[in-house]
Amino acid sequence: MSGWDWGAFRKYLFNLYLLDGAWTTVWLSVAVMVIGLTLGLGAALMRMSRHRLPRDLSRFYIWLMRGTPLLVQLIIIYTGLPQLGIRLTVIQSALLGLGLNEGAYLAEIIRAGILSVPRGQFDAARAVGMPYWTMLRVVILPQAARVILPPLGNNFNGLLKTTSLASVISLEELLRRSQMLIQLEFKVLEIFVVAACYYLAMTSLWGVVQRRLEAHFGRPYGSSGEPPRRIIDRTLLEQDAR
Amino acid sequence: MPPGEPAVQARGVHKFYGSHHVLRGIDLEVRRGEVIVVLGPSGSGKSTFLRCLNHLEAIERGSIRVCGELVGYRETPRGLVELRDAEVAHARRRIGMVFQQFNLFPHLTALGNITAGPLHVLREGREAAAAEARRLLALVGLPEKAEAYPTQLSGGQQQRVAIARALAMRPEVMLFDEPTSALDPEMISEVLEVMTTLSRQGMTMVVVTHEMGFARAVANRVVLVDGGRVVEDTAPGDFFTNPKNERTRAFLDKILH
Repeated sequence: MSGWDWGAFRKYLFNLYLLDGAWTTVWLSVAVMVIGLTLGLGAALMRMSRHRLPRDLSRFYIWLMRGTPLLVQLIIIYTGLPQLGIRLTVIQSALLGLGLNEGAYLAEIIRAGILSVPRGQFDAARAVGMPYWTMLRVVILPQAARVILPPLGNNFNGLLKTTSLASVISLEELLRRSQMLIQLEFKVLEIFVVAACYYLAMTSLWGVVQRRLEAHFGRPYGSSGEPPRRIIDRTLLEQDAR
Repeated sequence: MPPGEPAVQARGVHKFYGSHHVLRGIDLEVRRGEVIVVLGPSGSGKSTFLRCLNHLEAIERGSIRVCGELVGYRETPRGLVELRDAEVAHARRRIGMVFQQFNLFPHLTALGNITAGPLHVLREGREAAAAEARRLLALVGLPEKAEAYPTQLSGGQQQRVAIARALAMRPEVMLFDEPTSALDPEMISEVLEVMTTLSRQGMTMVVVTHEMGFARAVANRVVLVDGGRVVEDTAPGDFFTNPKNERTRAFLDKILH
C-alpha cells in the first residue's frame, strides 16, 4: 500500500496524453449527438406518420435499440459484423453504435416536444401556405425545442460518460487512455481520479451551455423561460395580496 | 380576377368525422368583393366548413373552388384525387385565415409572424417583406408593436397581428373563424373595425361570427348553417327582419332574446 500521491495527481491533471483522450470524448459525443438528433428526428416523424409502415419501422427501431445493451450493440458491430464481411473501423463502429442508440432515445424526446406544440400552430402554419418541412423548420421545431432541451441536455450529459463504453472496442477516448497510462505508470487511483475530474469538468461545462440554450429558446416567453400565463397569474396574485 | 366573378364556389360539400356526418351537402357561392357572414348554432358545422375552404379539413364529397381552381384536389377521369402536400400548400397561398385563438407563432415577434409567410413561402427578400409587414401593422393600428412578442400583446392586438399575417400573403379571399369569440368585450370593436376597413377596401371575406352588429352593417349576405346544411342565404336586411325559414326565426329568437 503506497497511499495517495498528490504529486502524481497534479502531474497527471495536465497530462497531454489524457487531455487528448478527453478531447476525443468531446468530439465523439458531439458527433454522436448530431447523428442521434438526425436519426431521432426521422424516427419521431415516422412514429407520427399517417401511414402504418413508417410507424411500425420506427417503433421496431426504438424497441430494438432500447431493449438491448449498448455494450452488446458495440461489440456486435465491431467484432460481429466482420463475420458477414462488413468491416468498420473503431471510430465508424463507435459512431454507428452510439448514434443508433442515441437516436432511439432522442426519438421519444423529440416526439414529445412536437406533440407539445398546440394544434393551432400547425393550422396557422398551413394557412399561410407552408409545406410540411417549412412548417416544421420555421414554426414547429423552434417551439418544440423549448420542451426538448432539458431532457436533451440530460441525454448529452449522459452521452459524455457513455462514450467510455467505446473503450471496449479500443477507441482511445478518455477512459481507454487512462487505462493505457496506468499500464505504464501504475498510478491506478491517481489516474482514474484525474479521468473522473475531466468527466466532471466536461459535464459541468455542458451544464453552463445548456442553461444558455434554454434561456435563448425561452426568451420570447419572458425572461425566466416559464410559460407566460403563469407569470401573469403570479403578478395578479401579488396584486391581490396587496 | 375581375369584380363580380365567383371567388369561392362550394358545391354539395360533405364531411364526416368517423360516422358523424358533419356537413350534409353545403352549397355556397361568394363573389369577389363580397362579405359573407356565416351564422349558426354551435355544432352546426360552420367552422368545419370554413376549414374545408382552405383544405385544413379534407372533404368526402362535393367540390370547393377558390378563384376557379379546386382546393386540395385535382380532377381525374375517375373523380377527384387529393393533391400532394406541396400542391395543397401552394393552393393555400391565395386564401388567408384568421383563427378564434389567434394562433400567432409565440417564438416570433409581431414582425416575424407577419414576414414568416413572405420569407419562407413566397421567398421574398428580407427588407421588402419587413417593409410590407410594417405597412400592414400600420393598417391594423399597431405600428409600434413590430418587435413585440405575442405574450406582450393583448388579445385584440394579437388578433390584429394575425390579420396582418394573413394579409401579408396577398390573399384573394380571407376566412375568419370566430375572430372575436376569444376576446374580452372591450377588445372586440378594435378587431371588427379592422375587418370593416378590409371590406371597404374590397377584400372578399367569409366570416363565421356571432357579432350580429357586424353582420347587419358589413355583410352583403348572411348565411345560416344548421345541421350541416345551408338553411338561409339572403341579404342581412331580409335575414334579420324578414326571415323566410322557420329555423332562422328559431335561431334569431334564441340569440336576440
